[in-house]
Amino acid sequence: MKILYVDVSKCTGCRACEYACSFAHDGLFNPLNSRIHISEFLDDFVFVPAMCTQCEDAYCVKVCPTGALSKNEETGVVELDYNKCIGCKQCTIACPWGNIKLDVEAKRIIKCDYCGGGPECVKVCHASALQFVEVEDAVLDKQHRSAIYYKDIAQQGV
Amino acid sequence: MLKGGYVGRILRVNLSENKISVEDINEKWAEDFIGGRGYATRMLLDEIDPKIDPLSEENKIIIATGPLGSTYAPSSGRVMVITKGALNGAIACSNSGGHFGPELKRAGYDFLVIEGKAEKPVYLWIYKGKVEIRDASMLVGKNTKETDKILKRLTHPEAGTFQIGPAGEKLSLIANATFDGHRMAGRTGVGAVFGSKNLKAIAAKGNLSIAVADRERFAKAVYNARDMLSKDAFTGKGAAKYGTAVLVNVINGVGGLPSYNGHDAYFERAEKISGETLAKDNLVRAEGCDSCPIACGRVTEIRKGKYKGKKGVGPEYESIWALGAACGVDDLDAVVMAGYLCDDYGLDTISAGATVACAMDLYEAGYIPKDDVGFELRFGDADALVKAIELMGKQETEFGKLLAKGSYRLAEYYGHPEFSMSVKKQEFPAYDPRAIKGIGLEYATSNRGACHVRGYTIAAEVLGKMDKNTYEGKAKLTKTLQDLTAALDSTGICLFTTFAIAGKEISELFAAATGFECDESEFLKKGERIWNIERIFNIKAGFGRDDDRLPERMEKEPIKSGPSKGMVADLSGVLDEYYELRGWDKNGVPTKEKLQELGIEDLL
Repeated sequence: MKILYVDVSKCTGCRACEYACSFAHDGLFNPLNSRIHISEFLDDFVFVPAMCTQCEDAYCVKVCPTGALSKNEETGVVELDYNKCIGCKQCTIACPWGNIKLDVEAKRIIKCDYCGGGPECVKVCHASALQFVEVEDAVLDKQHRSAIYYKDIAQQGV
Repeated sequence: MLKGGYVGRILRVNLSENKISVEDINEKWAEDFIGGRGYATRMLLDEIDPKIDPLSEENKIIIATGPLGSTYAPSSGRVMVITKGALNGAIACSNSGGHFGPELKRAGYDFLVIEGKAEKPVYLWIYKGKVEIRDASMLVGKNTKETDKILKRLTHPEAGTFQIGPAGEKLSLIANATFDGHRMAGRTGVGAVFGSKNLKAIAAKGNLSIAVADRERFAKAVYNARDMLSKDAFTGKGAAKYGTAVLVNVINGVGGLPSYNGHDAYFERAEKISGETLAKDNLVRAEGCDSCPIACGRVTEIRKGKYKGKKGVGPEYESIWALGAACGVDDLDAVVMAGYLCDDYGLDTISAGATVACAMDLYEAGYIPKDDVGFELRFGDADALVKAIELMGKQETEFGKLLAKGSYRLAEYYGHPEFSMSVKKQEFPAYDPRAIKGIGLEYATSNRGACHVRGYTIAAEVLGKMDKNTYEGKAKLTKTLQDLTAALDSTGICLFTTFAIAGKEISELFAAATGFECDESEFLKKGERIWNIERIFNIKAGFGRDDDRLPERMEKEPIKSGPSKGMVADLSGVLDEYYELRGWDKNGVPTKEKLQELGIEDLL
């Protein structure tokens, strides 16, 4: 199963992902309608991407009174069925991270749907901070990098 | 009817009368002059007398976005500041990255025109189309980073911000305009024009969606361009790893890195201040402007020595050169520190470094007495460099005030204007016009004074296949690049993209976004039109052929060492060739036929 993997240390804060997301979903460019959001911490120049993590035991699914939200076991995506959604916004309150949200018109719930299997945000992320990868590979890169760090320490100790 | 790319509105703020108004953009002008730099220059030509004093109430400032801004077109978030420049009175278009431009656009405006002068320091808050002129007394004297921080607290934590530092407030002629606290429209002293209007800062936040004319075509053009950028050695790899400073060793390697205020074009200790050394000793991470896949921005820290613990952004290649090689300084930590100080004060690092280099030169020649400075100001002295930048930023002493006026006024004051390595009073950037011939023609003819980003001939002459040692073909190269850059700047895309993409790709992005059908040759024609209206502005401001020249030293003093040893510059033939190619007369004035061809015959 593929997941959207975020490597915070690689994000350069360019926000192309926000543009790509809103354009892919709505055909217009508006970061406020993007399902992914970059928070900037300019004092330290750290940029943190955040989007729906497709929780296994999702609060948004639990609070949804109409069953508009449901977990697709095959793809792992928490899906939103607009035919059932009544716009009560309970899910936006329930999500601990603010990753299921309202669009700027405050009329529509929006959330990450992996663009149906090929996330647009990943395509424009030249820094590779965002990757759509098999779950087994998701953390290997990071583990490898931290292993290099320990290798250096070990070498110094010899 | 505008189909996409533009929001379609211009915001006008008159600070003298506290008046705010909104108007629609002129669609014909949008098609003819694109947006950003082009459209705004057309507006300025219409609205001010080019002869006015740049620091007078009559001058106007236009902050302009381009039609590709606030989209995922690569590196498209540039914002331009167009005004009559403080440093030399020529047409100024100073250009910056960051996120302010796209935020201004989403707040509802393609252009922001600032007129008049506020009684007391003010800042603007533009939120979802609405504008407030607010008291800025709490921001006075604050450096650029602090101003950005306070501004975000006063308005919105995710606002795009603009600010000037103490240098702009004190009308330093080399003051820059800073965006988001760390991105600069560096050149031509635009910061002083803001200072003269008592406008300390602007914050903008919007919620508008930006549409494009043809969605599928646009997406295709964007992914094509992004693909080419990621495959290119510089934009895909080198810039992210080493930033623009990757050029230090490259340019020095061909003997084109000016050092010791232009006495030489080779710096024997360049390795110590190279991009590679910066990456090893100072780099924390790369940072990208709006929608930019290149991410040349440097986040750095100083890890040793007397400035240990300081953090900031940069330095760029140009800053490393100006504060390093030009001053003969090989201490990278001091160069980085001097760069941080320039950023904090809001000073153009190129002009600031080159002015210190000029001062060191004058000092060593015995023209500046030690009492004027207060300390020894010799080439290679890292401490003196940092102290001089502090004098320049604070302007507490007479000498500091002189430094803040740039190298030309400084050298003129001490009776030797020929010591200023400048064209139209603006300091050279980091390429030697004796060693790299085309860039000399570009410096001389650039309409905002010596400048590398109006037509970056280096891409062909050093990184490409053209012979840097000859003037042959350079008139054509310079003209083509100047026209292309004028058009490209106006779309809102960053010049750096041209390492990988060119007129074909950019004109396609423009056409897909706006619906203005435009192939490569039509795109270049628009660029030529923009270049000519800038020239018209300058002619009306009093500039002419005599101003299109390099300083004497470049013609008379051969390069002392390195691969380009012995070379001098001589523009006499190539300048005529350039004028002829441009369709200008021998005085550099556009001919009637040329202006008719471009459809702007009524402007001169």
